[in-house]
Amino acid sequence: MIGKLDETLRFQETALSLRAQRQQLIASNIANADTPNYKARDIDFGKALQGALDARASEASPGLTKTSAVHLSPAGSIGAGDAPLLYRSVQQGSVDGNTVDMDVERNQFADNGVRYEAGLTFISAQIKNLLTAIQG
Amino acid sequence: MSLFSIFNVAGSGMSAQSQRLNTVASNIANADSVTSSTGQPYRAKQVVFSAVPVAGPDAAGVKVDQVVEDASPPKLVYDPKHPLADDKGYVAMPNVNVVEEMVNMLSATRSYQNNVDTMNAAKTLLLKTLTIGQ
Repeated sequence: MIGKLDETLRFQETALSLRAQRQQLIASNIANADTPNYKARDIDFGKALQGALDARASEASPGLTKTSAVHLSPAGSIGAGDAPLLYRSVQQGSVDGNTVDMDVERNQFADNGVRYEAGLTFISAQIKNLLTAIQG
Repeated sequence: MSLFSIFNVAGSGMSAQSQRLNTVASNIANADSVTSSTGQPYRAKQVVFSAVPVAGPDAAGVKVDQVVEDASPPKLVYDPKHPLADDKGYVAMPNVNVVEEMVNMLSATRSYQNNVDTMNAAKTLLLKTLTIGQ
């Protein structure tokens, strides 16, 4: 049963973790808007999500040895560590080698924030559905 | 939890920008200081930012790497009645460009505001996260 619960929430949970990770990346870009030679970075969200879902589905557990068939497999960790960190292409270069474009970053930050909130709404709705199914 | 480290990232940005604002204030305040404790006219100071990893490799905060002094020569102003004038009547004034400093101040203020907004957005998202399942 717990496995099924995990299964139900897996997609949104993975998406939410990646959104949080991306939010952090964009925050770094905004904080470093005046740092010489800093290159703005981001992840390809679609590919990162696909990669994280694949990694969790294969349940690869390199560090643990199972001595019995009934042992549980640990769920793979989620993170943008699997997704390659890309560099943003420059629209208008600056003399100090910094590639942070504040318009793009603010735009992406707001967009990512709204999508994170959407993910939260989806998870809450899923939990409500499950509660309805349990309580009748 | 990555959303928490946004506070560290944006906070480092805010403290770096406020230090930049501090040097701007010092430069503007000393735009006419013809002498100092070293006996030389005041020299404009600028901060140099550098990215530092915060809570993992992919989150970069900011720190003030060093404060450099502007190497450009002091402005020479002809004022023979000035007590610090040299034998030709010129006074060495600080190499502070007030227009540049004002632009620098605006830029630092905007960057600071951006970091504050970032932090507020992260806070809103975290508070929303706490309401999952309610």
